[in-house]
Amino acid sequence: MVDSPDSNQPWGSIGPFWLVARTGGVESDLLFLQHFRPRVVFKQSLLHPKEKMSNQKFESFSLPSGLQVVVQSMSGVESAAVTLMIPAGSVLDQPGKSGTAAILSEMFPRGAGDLSARELSAAMDNLGLQRSVSGGVGYITLSAATTADRISEAIPLIASIITAPHLDQEQFGPSRELVQQALSALEDEPRQRLGQFLRRCSYSAPWGNPAEGELADIPDITLQDVQQHYTSSICPNNAVIGVAGNVNAAELQDTVASAFEGWSPKEVAVPDTGGVEASPKHVEHDSAQTHIGLAWETVPYRHERYFEAWAAVSLLSGGMSSRLFTEVREKRGLCYAISASINTQKEQARVFGYAGTTNERAQETLDVMVAEIRRLHEGITDDELQRCKARAKSTLIMQQESTMSRSGSLARDTLHLGRVLGLQEIRSRIDSLTVDQVRDFALEFAPDSMVLVTIGPDALDTSCLSTAAPAV
Amino acid sequence: MQFHQHTLPNGLQVIAELNPSVHSVAAGFFVRTGARDETGGVSGVSHFLEHMAFKGDDRISADDVNRIFDEVGANYNASTGEEVTMYYAAVLPEYLDTTMELLSVLMQPSLGQQDFDMEKNVILEEIGMYDDHPSFTAYDTIMATHFADHPLGQSILGTKQSIEALTSEQMQTYHADRYKAGNMTLVVAGNTDFDSLLALVEKHCGSIPEGQCKRELPEAVPKPTIRLVTKESSVQQHVMQMGAAPKGTDELRYAAELLSVVVGDDSGSRLFWELVDPGHVDAAEVGYNEYDGAGTWMSYLGCQPDRVEENIAVMSRVFEEVNANGILREELEQAKNKVASRIVLRGERPMGRLSSLGGNWVYRKEYKSVADDLKTVRALSLSDIDALLKQYPIRMSTTVGVGPREQLDLG
Repeated sequence: MVDSPDSNQPWGSIGPFWLVARTGGVESDLLFLQHFRPRVVFKQSLLHPKEKMSNQKFESFSLPSGLQVVVQSMSGVESAAVTLMIPAGSVLDQPGKSGTAAILSEMFPRGAGDLSARELSAAMDNLGLQRSVSGGVGYITLSAATTADRISEAIPLIASIITAPHLDQEQFGPSRELVQQALSALEDEPRQRLGQFLRRCSYSAPWGNPAEGELADIPDITLQDVQQHYTSSICPNNAVIGVAGNVNAAELQDTVASAFEGWSPKEVAVPDTGGVEASPKHVEHDSAQTHIGLAWETVPYRHERYFEAWAAVSLLSGGMSSRLFTEVREKRGLCYAISASINTQKEQARVFGYAGTTNERAQETLDVMVAEIRRLHEGITDDELQRCKARAKSTLIMQQESTMSRSGSLARDTLHLGRVLGLQEIRSRIDSLTVDQVRDFALEFAPDSMVLVTIGPDALDTSCLSTAAPAV
Repeated sequence: MQFHQHTLPNGLQVIAELNPSVHSVAAGFFVRTGARDETGGVSGVSHFLEHMAFKGDDRISADDVNRIFDEVGANYNASTGEEVTMYYAAVLPEYLDTTMELLSVLMQPSLGQQDFDMEKNVILEEIGMYDDHPSFTAYDTIMATHFADHPLGQSILGTKQSIEALTSEQMQTYHADRYKAGNMTLVVAGNTDFDSLLALVEKHCGSIPEGQCKRELPEAVPKPTIRLVTKESSVQQHVMQMGAAPKGTDELRYAAELLSVVVGDDSGSRLFWELVDPGHVDAAEVGYNEYDGAGTWMSYLGCQPDRVEENIAVMSRVFEEVNANGILREELEQAKNKVASRIVLRGERPMGRLSSLGGNWVYRKEYKSVADDLKTVRALSLSDIDALLKQYPIRMSTTVGVGPREQLDLG
């Protein structure tokens, strides 16, 4: 069976990883302690006033191979960004070989076409091309950006990384080693590990597979496994390229068409669905804080009630005046970091909630979080909903200043919805949301059961989870 | 793109880079105060105060601050460093009035006892959170070690003990000392016009008390030191190193930024090819940090605990090779291209411009447009790099390790 964006399989998630990643490294933001603000995760679900939409222009076309290309010409910017998404993430890792997609992602830029790894890197640096290849759960994503005048030179390089990577023995050893190192570093980051466990306890295998792989599986992965992953799943017929910036769609069409010429379509097997890991789950860890993760079911991005789901989560965690922040942090001082956001795959989605708190306050934090989730449908005010709408509106408009976030949205929309949501449509769907709709959604989708994962010195009392969901 | 500058009667400096073609406007107060300005046993007060600012005043409560910022859809936050505390918000231009009002409230909060007691818990939680980040522990420790007996060695977060002991009276004293109009710069970037901006600033910020603040700038004299924080449960060993680099006012700082890209950028740099690409480490980077009257090279390395010595040896060899022979012309050109594209991309958003504008003004009283920055980068030559290396070779005097290792033998 050929997988396409319209098939019935959920491919990966929208938006950034729900926990703010802070891996080891000399990061400039280490020099400043951020006053924590929950992140806006759903850049798609935002609105835009009419008067500022005149310069929004999409064009889309498909190459004969099936590769879809969506272009947004943006005025007032000098840069251009490209996002290429291929549904070939860790869901396609074979059993016992978790990490194959991660190693493949690491190997992609290590030599392509006529260029060695170093030559390719130098060529891209000379174009000022900022780029990354990341292996996610559903997708392998290549993002790149530079000044718009250089994008037509950059596209053939980007294409060669995907269509003609070397994937040779020489680069395999170091790539596998590096993925292993990254997984070891992850062991020292309890908050990130929590995200992995929560995913596994929420989605059936392989949809709960860790994007980064499993430390224990890495030594068993061979170059042949990686090549097999490439051969069987990296193909144009399910892939999308989003380009946004100071570009002309018509001129770009020829560049993209010739750069990706020769990339042939193929059929991709759909993996078998396995089981979900049991929860509640506690992972013992010698950490200063207890890290609490909660998950429950909601509707995915492509669902007709998605905007109601988005609003419901915004009430919980959409800003500093949202319920979790107010009740857990502001009123009780129980934690520093607290958040909830939707993690959506194509056909299924979860709300993931997080709090990190010192061990003696962890129980109260969990109890208050669960109580707030249970009473989400109660007392929703129009003002509360208006604030969610206002934040959505301004975030969407500010996104128009970033070619990188626009190109990402173009690609994700196309993969999840089969089209790009026009800003006017998003605006009217958000504007039309009412308190009654959001309350009804919160009631209908109130979780019968929640997944709980904790990492820290001691397990918590989970009896708060067994309180009944509100009657519809 | 137009630059404007004005000083209010109370001494508040206002700078603005206005651009009618963007959609939003960002505004931020840069207060020239931070961990290095904390004296008399109030370690962590700058950062704690940054949290307390959001508790509002007698007229606008903490709930109001959060609610109103959300009502106008602001993208807002604050951050505290060793030398600067900044408060900022990006909004659509029509909400600039409300935003300026709120930001000015943040500059003069009530600092009530009840809020203080509650927020203290949040700060203690934040300390706990960073305890679980080995790279942060390494950073905090290396600053304390490299800048021992120097104000820059003072911890931004403070410790559990210093925060528990801190009183709201001490915080009020610190606030009165440091949050004077003459010690602040209001920076605005994006879509608005200067006349209406000034009217808003006069309306909302005229009441900030006037006055200047002093800051001592003693010379840092780091002594070669290795310090280890043993964490048995840690899987990787995290190693940071630090050495002297140009001060924040030194013209060599541009060359230092570019050199750090050549040597220690996260991809395509010498350290990348020697250590990351072959898979010996999970990260190996070097960066340049500028301060008031000081500067540092700072490197980070994360790897398996039993491979630290060999990886550090490679790192040191890379540094010494650069110190001895400089870099290649093509490396310099590549780094220029990388940096130029970063400047353009970051500069497209008002939020991206804000920190660059504020940093230049607070540290050097200078305005640099994106075009100025690009010109500076383009003009750098190999002889600038050589001059830098002569005065500030990449040579690390301080080492900090966080992880299972109890000792390191770095030769």
